[in-house]
Amino acid sequence: MTAVTTPPKKQAQRGRPGQSSPKLAYLPIIFLAFAIGVPLLIIVVYSFLEKPSQGTGVKWVFTLENYKALFIQEKLDGTTALDTRYIKVLWTSFYYSLLTTVVTLALSIPVAMWIATRDARKRNLLVALVTLPFWISILIRTYGMRQIVADEGPIGKFLGIFNIEWSILYSPPATILGLIYVFLPFMILPIYASAERFDFRLAEAAYDLGAKRMTVVRRVILPSIRPGVISGIALVFIPALGSFLQSDMLGGGKTNMVANVIANNFGQARNWPFGSALAVLLIVLTLLFVLIMQGAAQRRGDKVELV
Amino acid sequence: MSEKYLEICNITKVFQTPEGGEVRALDDVTLDIASGEFFILLGPSGCGKTTLLRSIAGLEYPDSGEIILQGERIDDKPPYDRPVNTVFQSYALFPHMTVGDNIAFGLEMENVDKDEVAKRVEEALEQVQLAGYAKRMPSQLSGGQQQRIALARALAKKPKVLLLDEPLSALDLKLRRGMQVELKRLQRETGITFVFVTHDQEEAMSMGDRIAVFSQGKIVQLDTPVEVYRRPVNAYVADFIGETNLIKGTVVSGGISLPGGNVLPTDQLAADSVIPASGDVTVAIRPEDLVLAANGMISGTVRDVIFTGDSVRVHVTVGDVEVIASLASYGTEIPEQGSKVTLNPEHRAARTVAS
Ligand SMILES: Nc1ncnc2c1ncn2[C@@H]1O[C@H](COP(=O)(O)OP(=O)(O)OP(=O)(O)O)[C@@H](O)[C@H]1O
Ligand SMILES: [Mg+2]
Repeated sequence: MTAVTTPPKKQAQRGRPGQSSPKLAYLPIIFLAFAIGVPLLIIVVYSFLEKPSQGTGVKWVFTLENYKALFIQEKLDGTTALDTRYIKVLWTSFYYSLLTTVVTLALSIPVAMWIATRDARKRNLLVALVTLPFWISILIRTYGMRQIVADEGPIGKFLGIFNIEWSILYSPPATILGLIYVFLPFMILPIYASAERFDFRLAEAAYDLGAKRMTVVRRVILPSIRPGVISGIALVFIPALGSFLQSDMLGGGKTNMVANVIANNFGQARNWPFGSALAVLLIVLTLLFVLIMQGAAQRRGDKVELV
Repeated sequence: MSEKYLEICNITKVFQTPEGGEVRALDDVTLDIASGEFFILLGPSGCGKTTLLRSIAGLEYPDSGEIILQGERIDDKPPYDRPVNTVFQSYALFPHMTVGDNIAFGLEMENVDKDEVAKRVEEALEQVQLAGYAKRMPSQLSGGQQQRIALARALAKKPKVLLLDEPLSALDLKLRRGMQVELKRLQRETGITFVFVTHDQEEAMSMGDRIAVFSQGKIVQLDTPVEVYRRPVNAYVADFIGETNLIKGTVVSGGISLPGGNVLPTDQLAADSVIPASGDVTVAIRPEDLVLAANGMISGTVRDVIFTGDSVRVHVTVGDVEVIASLASYGTEIPEQGSKVTLNPEHRAARTVAS
């Protein structure tokens, strides 16, 4: 410890402001790769394996039967026929998700525009209110929803005054209502983010040039908030497609969405390989949707990246 | 200019501020604008110019009063029902549309047929000397070009009144001068009535047929540029339009006693000056109306001499006030700093003004 010369101090390696070391990014990237990649790989591998004759898990024998079983049913007499059950489930999921997307979109645009036109202090409060549901577990919220839409719940009681019958719990409308309720903030927030940046002087200019209210919305406001709308559609439609809780708790299991069937195969039905095949199909369809959306966005020249 | 075209009658607009106060942006404003006139609204920031323009456009609804265009009330109509268009200070071009679509937008709202739209877009672009720019996006234009497109977009509608809210304020001086000339030419050629807002008095004087000088929501003076410059109604206008020496004095027999023991004889003041029998008055003298004289009426000491090229500005301390004289840079002897000089007001251009 008797150094005679001090080595020249290394010039502190300073990046540009805002530029973080790539090392900091490695850990989360590795984590994400494992957390997404490994289960995905397992699902894909399982979907090509056989189901053991007893118990759960897989038998390590390659087969394409699981995929075949998605569409084709083998009857007892050995003949085969088209099996539409799973196609129907997929269609139901798609239909519910589409409905959820359309309704949340229709509700979110006016709400987001309204919030965006308040003054700064009110805006922050309103955005906080929109995110309020995130503070409560989705499970508890769905239970809450069950109480609200129940036949004897507040809505039912209120409509009872006018002798209007109300009975939607454990039926598709309850599922869809639950989906709309849960996904509404995911539509409002990105649209609000776009709307907040909208320069309302453009709307005034459009009025000044002779445009009426709806024309201003259609030709000036909507094109300006399109990036937010596209993000919102992606954030609602994709997770809605794979949602499971609402149909389970509000739909009463009668109206299955594809995620319920997958869960069932990993649970009670004990058919992991078939559940995996259905999951892979869902992933492929979702990916297809994302690509179509991105194509549409790019054609319009919007700067939206979904993948 | 006697026939009434656009009438603003007793317009008042009060804004509630977030702090709980009130701002009287327009306070009982009345004025008439003639057809084909280049009318200027001039005043300092916050005096209500934009509010008046927006009231005419229909983007703001006044609390009381009437706006009448060609004998027809328009103040209760929505903006799309008024034959009036605006060139916004921020240009407000639609960023997602091409230049051509921006200009076509207003015409499509009138259901003009397609060929006619194309023709008029072309025409409007030519008017602002940007033919061939139809396919560009607004973001691909310079500030000055965007400004012209905003102008073309409004002109294409062939409005009865074109409202311009400080359209040149974002441009640099040279570009602004060029646009001033061009706007004046366009106004002459199209014959459209222009209502032009500015807080630049030079711009107002060089462009306007008439100027309305605003202060705190009220019209202080409404006149031609020459009249406003030569006959300001009060100290505020005298000071705001051009440069003026405002000297406080007292009425004495035969003249006005100024600081430093100087007396300005009454017969040296503008003939229409209103001179009270006694008491304090304010005398306004433009720097260019003061000349050095051998035995002048106003004596003082030279504090500063500033050579600006076309003129020499001499700051003279007169009693306890400073008076500026602007002398021609040729043919005048430039006084030394610290020397005693005497000044004379010329052409009886000095006048008393209400303070
Ligand atoms: N929406 C509003 N809410 C509250 N006060 C307003 C509103 N719009 C304008 N004001 C106030 O009214 C007054 C006049 O505003 P206006 O925009 O007409 O001024 P201006 O003469 O155009 O000023 P500038 O030259 O700065 O553009 C200002 O005091 C302004 O603060
Ligand atoms: Mg203004």
